[in-house]
Amino acid sequence: MPIVDQQMTKQTSPNSNPPVRKDFLAAKDFNFFYGKKQALYDINIEIPERQVTAFIGPSGCGKSTLLRNFNRMNELIEGVRHEGDIRLLGKSIYDKSVEVISLRRSIGMVFQKSNPFPKSIYENVVYGLRISGQSKKSTLDEAVERSLRGAALWEEVKDRLHESALGLSGGQMQRLCIARAIANRPKVLLMDEPCSALDPIATVKVEELIRELKKEFTIVIVTHNMQQATRCSDETAFFYLGKLIEFDRTQKIFSNPSEKQTEDYITGRFG
Amino acid sequence: MDNIGTHSLDFFELDHNENTKAMGRSLTNRILTGICVTLSLLTMIPLISIIVLLLKNGLPLLSASIFTELPPAAGMTGGGFGNAIIGTLVMVGLGLAISTPVGILSAIFINEYSQTSRLSRAVRFVAKLLTGIPSIICGVFAFAIVVLPNQTFSAFAGGVALSVLMLPTILLTAEQALMGVQNAYREASYGLGATRFQTIVRVVLPDALPAMMTGIMLAVARAAGETAPLIFTALFSQYWASSLNEPTASLAVLIYNFSTVPFPHQVSMAWTASLVLVAFVTIANVAAQTIFARKN
Ligand SMILES: Nc1ncnc2c1ncn2[C@@H]1O[C@H](COP(=O)(O)OP(=O)(O)OP(=O)(O)O)[C@@H](O)[C@H]1O
Ligand SMILES: [Mg+2]
Repeated sequence: MPIVDQQMTKQTSPNSNPPVRKDFLAAKDFNFFYGKKQALYDINIEIPERQVTAFIGPSGCGKSTLLRNFNRMNELIEGVRHEGDIRLLGKSIYDKSVEVISLRRSIGMVFQKSNPFPKSIYENVVYGLRISGQSKKSTLDEAVERSLRGAALWEEVKDRLHESALGLSGGQMQRLCIARAIANRPKVLLMDEPCSALDPIATVKVEELIRELKKEFTIVIVTHNMQQATRCSDETAFFYLGKLIEFDRTQKIFSNPSEKQTEDYITGRFG
Repeated sequence: MDNIGTHSLDFFELDHNENTKAMGRSLTNRILTGICVTLSLLTMIPLISIIVLLLKNGLPLLSASIFTELPPAAGMTGGGFGNAIIGTLVMVGLGLAISTPVGILSAIFINEYSQTSRLSRAVRFVAKLLTGIPSIICGVFAFAIVVLPNQTFSAFAGGVALSVLMLPTILLTAEQALMGVQNAYREASYGLGATRFQTIVRVVLPDALPAMMTGIMLAVARAAGETAPLIFTALFSQYWASSLNEPTASLAVLIYNFSTVPFPHQVSMAWTASLVLVAFVTIANVAAQTIFARKN
């Protein structure tokens, strides 16, 4: 029985969720540099557990950069450097005892452009399990069904699990990437503009999925779409020129922002 | 190139005047296409005439015994060049066995591990230089490091010479193949917690393999036909080789030897050997392409 469904039956309203940890994932005085160019300035943010946090802001303000630091993906780029700290459940992700491999397993990522491997649907979903040494067929089969159901894709693909993932539609591919990420049973899901390449119908599906997934995962989503932020996020962080300008309840940000820059941005006066 | 979409847009949205311009453009387009087609047909002429010539001169002597018998002595008729076929296969195989792992591992190193390090740049530079080195130098090199110390011409020395000849092609095409793998795949793999090694083995290599195969086939095609590196290293033999450490016949050297003697039978055999050589290379090429086309 897939976990998402179980939770749905157990918890009828989102308010009856167990108490959430306010600083599930947090950045402390975080600065980030691409070579000499500083991309993030003194970021302090606490991302709450099992909520959807949206990152908004004009192009180039550092949303993706911060997101990609949460799972240390940016370390793959040569010549980068950081100052300050990022903590998952209070523990520094830069601690010597943290393996970057297991960090990336517990903080899954979905990219702007869906990027399924040129393999079968099945092999895409079990990729994370296979590389961690899992090869028992029953475990893999179970994970495929659980993850695909979790990503609301199971019904559409259950009869073609062994066909190439590249034959799926754009929206299906993106949901497959989500399934692939949740197959690792991560704690956090990072999504960098997951709908920007999708048509409106596929977008609605992914947004519904995000609202569903937050019952189990802590989600951070980067978006350029204000409606999307209001539709599916609980908290919103507004970034501008590498700085975190304002971070508050989504409702508050969009109805009554404290900062002038935030207001200018959400009312479309710039960006 | 203009695509169909823009053309139909032109016709829908532009006024009459623009319409004639569009027609003018499509005329130019057609003329250019015509020129391109003609030129590409012209490039096929040498290729086709070679094949016609090979078939015309090589077919008469083609028979089963050509593949199983030893070369005839000077002035004699009959015989075949079975030993040369095996020699070529063995030496090209040896060359591949050396150059493929070295070339692909180097390409992985310079593209996946340290793209901009000084060592990578040096490897890339040397490989590019090596592609321009005349094949005879590869022969001289293998002569110096294998034939002289061993005191004998050998298939092994021939294989070494061919591996030097093949290495830069294999390395550089493998690097291109790796560069052709979408970065999005690597990101997805790292994002799921894969190590670099896992990413290379499970995602990058499978995707790059068909393009790498093309490079390997190019190298084989070139090496199989080279005479110069083998004259200094494997030399030639009238007999079946019983080890890798003795002078060994090859198709290329046989063609070279037989085409320069005054005996018509030998000259004719050189044509047949050329035909067989070309057929081998073509078959290997097509086989590799279909195997990898089917896998994807
Ligand atoms: N690999 C890189 N090397 C150097 N600079 C980079 C690199 N990636 C991003 N930057 C720079 O860092 C800054 C922040 O970029 P980032 O991609 O985080 O912005 P973003 O908010 O995600 O923008 P967008 O909305 O367009 O995706 C930009 O000025 C960008 O040019
Ligand atoms: Mg971005």
